[in-house]
Amino acid sequence: MLLWTRRSRAVLLGVFAVVVTVVFVAPLATVVLAGLAGSWTGALPSDLGVAHLGGALSGENLASLSVSLQTAFVSGGLALVLGAWAALAARESPRWLSRIVDAVFHLPIAVPSVALGLGLLIAFNSPPLLLGGTRWIVILGHAVLVLAFSFSAVSAALDRLDPAYRLAAESLGASPLRVLARVTLPMLLPALGAAAGLAVALSMGELGVTVMVYPATWKTLPVTIFALTDRGQAFQAAAGTTVLLVVTLVALVGLGRIRSAAAVR
Amino acid sequence: MTALLESTPEAPVRPAAPRSAATWWAVPPVAIVLLAAVYPLIRVCLESVKGVGTQSSWLSVLSSAAFRDALWRTVAIAATSTLGCLVLGTFLAVVLAFVPFPGRRLVGRLVDTVLALPSFLVTLAFTFLYGTAGAVNAAIAGVTGDHAPVLDFLYTPAGVIAAEITFFTPFVVRPLLASFSTLPRAQLDVAASLGASPLRVLRSVVLPEAWPALMAGGSLVLLLTLNEFGIVLFTGAKGVTTLPVLIYTRGIVSFDLPGAAVIATVQIALSLALYAVYRVVFARATARREGSDTDVVVDQAK
Repeated sequence: MLLWTRRSRAVLLGVFAVVVTVVFVAPLATVVLAGLAGSWTGALPSDLGVAHLGGALSGENLASLSVSLQTAFVSGGLALVLGAWAALAARESPRWLSRIVDAVFHLPIAVPSVALGLGLLIAFNSPPLLLGGTRWIVILGHAVLVLAFSFSAVSAALDRLDPAYRLAAESLGASPLRVLARVTLPMLLPALGAAAGLAVALSMGELGVTVMVYPATWKTLPVTIFALTDRGQAFQAAAGTTVLLVVTLVALVGLGRIRSAAAVR
Repeated sequence: MTALLESTPEAPVRPAAPRSAATWWAVPPVAIVLLAAVYPLIRVCLESVKGVGTQSSWLSVLSSAAFRDALWRTVAIAATSTLGCLVLGTFLAVVLAFVPFPGRRLVGRLVDTVLALPSFLVTLAFTFLYGTAGAVNAAIAGVTGDHAPVLDFLYTPAGVIAAEITFFTPFVVRPLLASFSTLPRAQLDVAASLGASPLRVLRSVVLPEAWPALMAGGSLVLLLTLNEFGIVLFTGAKGVTTLPVLIYTRGIVSFDLPGAAVIATVQIALSLALYAVYRVVFARATARREGSDTDVVVDQAK
């Protein structure tokens, strides 16, 4: 549309293809290839096989994957409930209050995650709020971080919602609870699914808060991957990252699926 | 972070008049976040004054060479990466929005997916690709026959900047695509039919409309690159230490909590100031987009 000659378009699209390949495709492909490679000394990896992937799915690495999944689902669930609650409540509140809610909920991702982790470490390390050294401090950190995303995903969806449905239900005498359960929440289902997928994906890859607060008994997958690269086991780290990548994509697509199922209905 | 970009510009209606009882429903979630996020940050600030008289005090941390190097390095890396992201992101967004080609939805999906992936993935990939024993160097050596590695930038600030540009460019592409989508196609076609060159159309029709989105995306990326931790940690180079990594090494590796708290307080202040700027810029960008929408409607009505 911007370019009218064939040649200029071909040149531009050529440059675009190179940039997309180098910036987006190459890093992803490299990690997956390295995870499959036995060694990589030339231009292309050699000894392709699933030995490292097997390593990533056994022993300590498998335990980390399980820890990461549990953390992601528990913290994602908490964040989704709290985020949806806040988004729904902020909508009914006066404007000044909804602005405060918005600012407060986005605060955790505006500050460096390491500083937030340090704060959690200091604040929750003595009674009555003793969480340090348990899995709950990791889960709390993840929940706080992904809260911002679930909150704004639900708020954005609420903005797009046609209020006529709700008003019609109210005018027909439905109680607020009934309107919420039968009208608003079902219409929000696609957004909730997408928000849950994003929350799980982000929690799976979280590193900054986790390295500050994790106890030795609750090592998430990114922490294990970092330990592997630190020890020089780059191929094993790449295999672990490949597993992380696959799980993240499955979460994004699988929970995003709720969207299309709901859209059909 | 995607969420920050998702506030819809096309918000059609304001909600019905607020009901006073409903206001109280907003209190519990806010209270929980205040306890779980704001209270810890306050504790960091309080902790930072506990090191008085030791080498963890404000004075000795702020005057240490390690801190000042890290501060300077953090800001320099963030500013350079942001500039790179803006240039690359504008190019990608303009092509995606205005030069139709098959498979552009796929590229759009790819851009969205990268937003949800962990950042250290990029550093890990770079060691295999551009490391001294990596694929690109091996390929170059295969062509030239010279075995000294040509590319050796991975463990310098340039390596971190390259990784951050790679990872954060989607954060610029997304708001730009959103702002381009509100631009009426007719404006471009008219400008072109009146003889404006593509560059001129870009400069005098497209970019003025996209300016607020560019500013919003740019300040978001600046904030994220200032706070970036995974990429720098995985790079692991002695010469490239940024403030977040310094907080980690001081707090966890050498277990000096007051010293780490001093650095964290500085960085929290820096990030919050930038976050305030971002919110103002973003609000303006959204307001302007809404304003321009109504203009178009009025034009068509005439």
